[in-house]
Amino acid sequence: MTTAFPSRRVMLAGAGALGAAPLLGRAALAAPAPITLLNVSYDPTRELYKDINAAFAAYWKGRTGQVLDIKQSHGGSGKQARAVIDGLQADVVTLALAGDIDEIAARAKLLPPNWQSRLPNNSTPYTSTIVFLVRKGNPKGIRDWPDLVKPGVGVITPNPKTSGGARWAYLAAYAYGAKLGGAGPARDYMTKLFKNVPVLGAGARDATTTFAQRNLGDVLLSWENEAFLTLEEFGPNFEIVYPGSSILAEPPVALLDRNVDRRKTRVIATGYLNFLYSPLAQDLVGKHHYRPREKAAVAKYAAAFKQIPLVTIDQAFGGWKKATAAHFADGALFDQIYRPA
Amino acid sequence: MTAVGTPARETRLPGAAPLLVLASALVMAALVLLPLLVVFGDAFAKGVPKYLAAIADPDAVSAVKLTLLVAAIAVPLNAVFGVAAAWCIAKFDFRGKGALLTLIDLPFSMSPVVSGLVWVLLFGAQGWFGDWLIEHDVKIIFATTGLVLATILVTFPFVARELIPLMQDQGSDEEAAALTLGASGFTTFVRITLPNIRWALLYGVLLCNARAMGEFGAVSVVSGHIRGLTTTLPLHVEVLYNDYDFVGAFAAASLLASLGLVTLVLKTGLEWRHSGELSANRRH
Repeated sequence: MTTAFPSRRVMLAGAGALGAAPLLGRAALAAPAPITLLNVSYDPTRELYKDINAAFAAYWKGRTGQVLDIKQSHGGSGKQARAVIDGLQADVVTLALAGDIDEIAARAKLLPPNWQSRLPNNSTPYTSTIVFLVRKGNPKGIRDWPDLVKPGVGVITPNPKTSGGARWAYLAAYAYGAKLGGAGPARDYMTKLFKNVPVLGAGARDATTTFAQRNLGDVLLSWENEAFLTLEEFGPNFEIVYPGSSILAEPPVALLDRNVDRRKTRVIATGYLNFLYSPLAQDLVGKHHYRPREKAAVAKYAAAFKQIPLVTIDQAFGGWKKATAAHFADGALFDQIYRPA
Repeated sequence: MTAVGTPARETRLPGAAPLLVLASALVMAALVLLPLLVVFGDAFAKGVPKYLAAIADPDAVSAVKLTLLVAAIAVPLNAVFGVAAAWCIAKFDFRGKGALLTLIDLPFSMSPVVSGLVWVLLFGAQGWFGDWLIEHDVKIIFATTGLVLATILVTFPFVARELIPLMQDQGSDEEAAALTLGASGFTTFVRITLPNIRWALLYGVLLCNARAMGEFGAVSVVSGHIRGLTTTLPLHVEVLYNDYDFVGAFAAASLLASLGLVTLVLKTGLEWRHSGELSANRRH
C-alpha cells in the first residue's frame, strides 16, 4: 500500500489533469488494508484452521464488511506457549492443553487465571483422544497398552516437554498403568514403555513424519485426528488401532486480553472464538476428525469415532497443575524414567 | 609459507592414488550430488505446473522476499563491520586485540540456537528490555528485526575472517607510503587498502550471503513461524514438509539449492581468476 502511493503520484504528475481523474477515483476506492489476526496453535491443527480461517473471514466480511487476514503459526504446544510468553503477538491461542495456556496466564499475565471458564465446555470447542497408528496388517499384533512394552516394539511419540499430544499420550498410558495397581506398577509400565521409544520428536507432526515418512518404529501414539489424516495422506499403508481405554483430550482456546487490547482486535478475536462453536465451524471440526461438541455435527460424525472408555485429566490426575508437577516439571516422573538411548 | 606447500603438489601420485581419487569422488557423489538430485527430483515429482504453482504460492513468495530482505540488510552491515574489524586488527596494534579476534570467532564456535536465544533473552517479552519494548510497541523478536539480528550474529565472522589474514600478509607499507605522500586517511583507504582487498572482500560477502540466506537454527528461534510473515525460505521448507506438502517443500528447497549453486559458481570463478588475492587459498 505505502509503496503504491508514491508511484501513483508520479503517474498523476505525468498524466496531467485529464488522465488523473479516473486514477484518483480508483485510489480512493481501493480496499482498506486487511486487519490481521494471529492464531497461535499447536501442531496438527494446520489443516483445520486453514479451513476455519477461510470460513470465518467470509462470515465476518458478510457481517461487518471488514476484510481479515488470519495468520497461522503451528508447532509443539509447549513451544508455542513459550513463544507467546516471550512476546509472539497472538490474538488468540488454540493449544493442545490447558496447562500451556495456564503458563501464559501465570508467566506473561496476558489473560486472567480464570480464562477457562469464559467460553462453553471449559473453552474446548472440540475434543480428541489418543489412539495407536500401526503399519498395515499390524505385523507386531499391537492391540492394547500391554503390547507397547513388549521387547522389540518401537514406539514413536513426541517429547512431552514440548508437545501437547505427547503429554496426552503419556497420561493415557499412565492411566492404564495405574489401573494395574497404583503408582508403583504405573511407574514400571512407563519405564518399560519409554525404553521402547527410539526418538522423541518436538511436536506431533514431527513424530508422524518420523513414523510415516521415515518408516521408524512399529506404533505411533497419535492424536485421533492426526491418525486419520495420516491415513488420508499416506494411503492404505497404515491402520488405526483403538486401545481398550484412552484419555479425553481437551485442546482449549483463549483470547489474550492484553494483546487484543493493544492491537484493538478484541471484537474480532471474540467473534473468532465464538465462531468455533458455530454449526459451520463444528462441521469442519468433524470433517478434520476432531470430535465436535455441537449436536448436529456430533450426530453427523458419530459413526466416524469409535466410543471407548476415556478418563479425564481431572478425574485421573486432579487437573493439569497436579499432572504437570507430578509428571512433566523438571525432575518429575518423566525425567526420572526417560533415558535417551 | 607458500614454499612449503608447493613441492607436495608437484610430487607424482603413488600407484594407489587413482583408487583413492575414485573413492572420494564416489563418496562426494553419494553425499552431495545425490541429495541435490533428490531435492530437484521430488520438487518436480508431480510435474512442472505443480512446481510452478508451489513457487508462486503467496506464502512462498513472501518467504523468498523476506529471505532476500534479511540478507540485503545483514550482508552489507557485516561487510562494513568486517572491513572495519579487519582493518583495526591487521593494521594496528592495540591492547585487547586477541580478545577482539576471539570475539569475532565466537559465532563460529557457538550453536546457532544460542545466537537466536540471546535475542529472545534480551528483547523477548520476559527479557531485559521486554517491558519497555511492549510499552512503546516496538517489535523485535518474532518480527523482521529479530530475524536480521539473528542473521547478523551468525554471519558476522565471514567477511572479517576472510580479510584479516590477507591484510596481515599485505602489511601496512603501502598505506604508510600513501600517508607520507600526504594522502588523507580516507583517500588511503579508498585508493590503497580497498583495491588490495576487493576480491577477498567479495569472496567474504559471497560466503556471508550464502549463510545468511540458508540460516535455519538462529532464525527459527526468533521467527515465531507466522506463515507469510516471519518464515524465511529455510523455515518455509520445514513448514511445508510438516504440512505433508512434499512438492511444495522440495520446490522451496530447490530455490535454496539454486541460490547455493549460483554462489558456488561465483565463488569458483573468483577463486580461479583471483586466487592470489584470496586468503582462503593462501591458507591451503
